[in-house]
Amino acid sequence: MEITEVFDKVKKLFVDELGIEDSKVTMESKLEEDLEIDSLGIVEVVMAFEDEFNIEIDDEELTDVRTVGEAVNLLHSKL
Amino acid sequence: MSNRRVVVTGLGTINPLGNNVSDTWDSLLTGISGIDHITAFDTSDLPVTFAGEVKDFDANEYMGKQNARKLDRSGHLSIYATEKALRDAKLDGQERLGSNVGIVFGTGIGGIGATENAVRTYDEKGHSRVNPLAITQLMPNSSTGQVAIKFGIEGPSLTITTACAASANAIGEAKNLIENGIVDIVVAGGTESGTTPMTIAAFSQIRALSTENDSPKEACKPFDKNRDGFVMAEGSTVLIMESEESAKNRGVEIYGYVTGYGSTTDAHHITAPAEGGIGAVKAMEKAIDDAEISSSDIDYINAHGTSTPANDKNETEAIKTVLGEKSYEVVISSTKSMTGHLLGGGGAFESMASVLSIKHGKVAPTINLNTPDEECDLNYTPNNAVDLDINTAMSNSFGFGGHNAVLIFSKN
Repeated sequence: MEITEVFDKVKKLFVDELGIEDSKVTMESKLEEDLEIDSLGIVEVVMAFEDEFNIEIDDEELTDVRTVGEAVNLLHSKL
Repeated sequence: MSNRRVVVTGLGTINPLGNNVSDTWDSLLTGISGIDHITAFDTSDLPVTFAGEVKDFDANEYMGKQNARKLDRSGHLSIYATEKALRDAKLDGQERLGSNVGIVFGTGIGGIGATENAVRTYDEKGHSRVNPLAITQLMPNSSTGQVAIKFGIEGPSLTITTACAASANAIGEAKNLIENGIVDIVVAGGTESGTTPMTIAAFSQIRALSTENDSPKEACKPFDKNRDGFVMAEGSTVLIMESEESAKNRGVEIYGYVTGYGSTTDAHHITAPAEGGIGAVKAMEKAIDDAEISSSDIDYINAHGTSTPANDKNETEAIKTVLGEKSYEVVISSTKSMTGHLLGGGGAFESMASVLSIKHGKVAPTINLNTPDEECDLNYTPNNAVDLDINTAMSNSFGFGGHNAVLIFSKN
């Protein structure tokens, strides 16, 4: 899967599942500051990623994920 | 009594009769029922298929989907009612209300809908797919915390879960906080959105609900001989309570005074009222003492009046014990005949109705009261509103668990 395709899927999840405004979601947007995804929300995001991409994500893998782009890269590396 | 008097300076509500105070009051005086067939879920397998639902309210539209997802519906309703009440009290201008404002909220069963959803997911998909927001949606103090966050309420916060007496207790405890000088202002009220397939099933199992599925609007008939149970309802109502001094300093309108609070426990049975409503009698007497009035000063009683055979009979007996001869003169009504039973949100709604009755000099009727019951022979204001100059109103709330909370409101 191309990285742009992963991004499109991630963006769709954020918009459809979490109710985040479409225009806010870019590769650069910060999960906490820009998208207001807090520590509870991140668990939902991970669940949604796991279901969408049929993968498993360990908590440790998320330590360095602060932006949409970093999440997309992590997902891309696991596919 | 403390020398700090407590007033009501703001009202906000969302309930089966309306999404603001004025629509609600109009419906109450007109005698309109807010009860109807349930739309929120499929009821075809249930023994009861009607309830009092909030209408024309879309939480996603109101607070945005991203915020709405974090709360149970009982929380959505709480935020909405609080926002309206704060605006009414002219407290909507500040970013954070700060530490001189407290919050006391009542609820019977908190985020029971969220609980059911999480259990369903657990059963169907396993532990790793349970909603991470489930705990913060389902905990009974969820609304209290979310309202405090939204409006920056930094004073004391309490959540009271005394079933159907919860928000009456909340208002009483808020009165104590203000009288004791802990804070000047309290956001006091209650919320409930507990009409779910499971709760309907469980209340039905104990024969607590009316089963008149063919005529929902006529089903709730407090004090009528043919009453056959209560009707579940959802909604939230908030009163902004304040020290008289604070209200006068702010120059805001005063709806009325909260002058008496009586709180007792039957310690008898988990659902059935004690014989003769003795716990209710004691709560009414304590409220009357607290208000430093005599029972003959009470002009209007907003009854608990659930439309269950046991409550209405026992409450009638209790009123007779407390008011004596005057019990045949006092004007009583049950607004639950129109709203249904708001459970933990009921006491706050009925406090609002009492305060509005005092302010407007009108009493909302008990609708669907057509067949007299010899055991319920007082003046329950059947079917039509009446004009009445009210100086003092009493609101009764009693809950499963044997909790009794009685409030007294006065014009001056």
